[in-house]
Amino acid sequence: MDSGIKSRIFDMILNVIVFFSVLVCLIPMLYVASVSLSSNSAILSRRVYIWPVELTFDSYRVVFADKTMIRSLLFTVVLTLVFTAMSMMMTILMAYPLSKKGLKGRNFFLLMVVITMYFSGGMIPDYILIKNLGLLNKVGALIFPGLISAFNMIVLKTFFSNLPESLEESALIDGANYLTILVRIVLPLSLPVLATLSLFYAVGRWNYFMDSLLYITDSKLYPIQLKLYQIVYNNMQPEISAIEGSIASNLLPESLKAASVMFCTIPILLVYPWLQKHFVQGIMIGSIKG
Amino acid sequence: MSSVNTGLSSKKSSTNEKLRKFLTYMRRNYLLYLFLVLPVAYFFIFKYVPMYGVTIAFKDYNMFLGIWKSPWNNFATFKEIFSMKEFFRAVKNTFFLNTLDLVAGFPAPIILAIILSELRNQTYKRISQTILYLPHFLSWIVIGSLTIQLFSAQSGLVNTLIEKLGFEPIPFLTEKTPWIITYTLSGVWQSAGWNAIIYLAAIAGINPELYEAATVDGAGRLRRIWHITLPCIKTTIIILLILNVGRIAQIGFDRPYAMGNYLVTDVSDVISTFVYRVGLRSGRFSTATAVGFFQSVVGMVFLITANYIAEKLGEQGIW
Repeated sequence: MDSGIKSRIFDMILNVIVFFSVLVCLIPMLYVASVSLSSNSAILSRRVYIWPVELTFDSYRVVFADKTMIRSLLFTVVLTLVFTAMSMMMTILMAYPLSKKGLKGRNFFLLMVVITMYFSGGMIPDYILIKNLGLLNKVGALIFPGLISAFNMIVLKTFFSNLPESLEESALIDGANYLTILVRIVLPLSLPVLATLSLFYAVGRWNYFMDSLLYITDSKLYPIQLKLYQIVYNNMQPEISAIEGSIASNLLPESLKAASVMFCTIPILLVYPWLQKHFVQGIMIGSIKG
Repeated sequence: MSSVNTGLSSKKSSTNEKLRKFLTYMRRNYLLYLFLVLPVAYFFIFKYVPMYGVTIAFKDYNMFLGIWKSPWNNFATFKEIFSMKEFFRAVKNTFFLNTLDLVAGFPAPIILAIILSELRNQTYKRISQTILYLPHFLSWIVIGSLTIQLFSAQSGLVNTLIEKLGFEPIPFLTEKTPWIITYTLSGVWQSAGWNAIIYLAAIAGINPELYEAATVDGAGRLRRIWHITLPCIKTTIIILLILNVGRIAQIGFDRPYAMGNYLVTDVSDVISTFVYRVGLRSGRFSTATAVGFFQSVVGMVFLITANYIAEKLGEQGIW
């Protein structure tokens, strides 16, 4: 009886801690959402907490009226899709041969990949390469350098090599070539892991910022993160944003910045429940030793 | 005599044999090598060419001469960076911020995972997990923006509350110590939920009979956590700790760049942001490359050592 009460108190404490942690995760988002939906006077008099005060959609109207913003978003969507498709193709092309234990030279190729996990040229040699390839201010600069993630490739290679060999052997005996086997047998069996790795690539591309800062100065090719960076950080002082003129004079930059943050985050939130499921599977696949 | 002849001819025929075997092998497997052409070209161009580019750390890089023709400078670049105060500051900040990340960020997911695994209500647990993982999917630019909105001294929510309670506003973003705390907590906020997944999996793998036996022996829930859960996930904890220590010399660019500002450069300038500023803003390519090279080498030593130890402990390293 006594231990039952103790256990119940224990449960309650745990529930409270978890509830508190969940709040900590949510409040920043709720606050920014509220700011983006509140009136200027409410923000100025600091009456906004985690719900909108004097609800208004003005800042969203400004954001959506800003063509550069919409273009940035569309560009990033297309960029992410193209990047993910190309990355997956390259990753599969590499992982499949390397999953064959009998492949001559396999260890050499694997070593070549693994070395890059430990050592890299670094920011400046990368930059010089991109410059020499003539990729500065080209979409290619945002696609090619990150095409294959060594980690993802090794995860996929491990997955392929765990598939039952008998399936492929009988197909080989029937005269099928490796391309047919890959497309008809191996890939259909690997759909969950392919989905997970695609999401790794896609979320990584969507969120990555550094390469656009380094390689892109043409505002037509600004990915959404760089765009957001310029809105939020370069307009730290209200005076500056007033000069820039892209912001309606009666709007407080705070609400506009908040709306921009929401604008960049909502696409992630929309696909999030789906993302989360596949990612949790992915982290498990990744932790199985290769 | 004859035996020698036999030997020679058999050698010859075995060479032919080998060649034939090789041709058969290639006829069967050429497609696999064809698949590898593009990926290998990718690794060569985008990974190994920049590695060669590192040589400019040992040269006076001249854009018009190119990497190959620029003259060697007899380690002058390294002498230069080792005499730069800002370089040592960046190294120190990198290690310091990473150490804080480790101290605050490493235990958080373990505690969270233990608490989550003790929850009885599965729906509540699932919903909580979904929300706790969310920050992991936000970019550092978004998180940096959220931080500014929440913590700025003039309009941030946190300071609004602090002032409502009658205290002075805290300059979370503009003074050194508060900034360091904000930076560290932003890391915990972003990754604690997500990193708990691996521990949750380890806890889920514990044999439930252990708990039952302990309950029969009259152990309370805290005791069961202490004597069963923790010892059972000890290996996971140690391995992840070692791997995390292995990454202590490495720092990404997005997070320090998004969180930092010029008022706190003294504590926020890390190697990656330093390389960016020196290399791309000031155009001192050789200097910046040398700094990056220094970090790569130190980082590699840590990483290899950590992986070696982790493997010795009976698990595979990072791959």
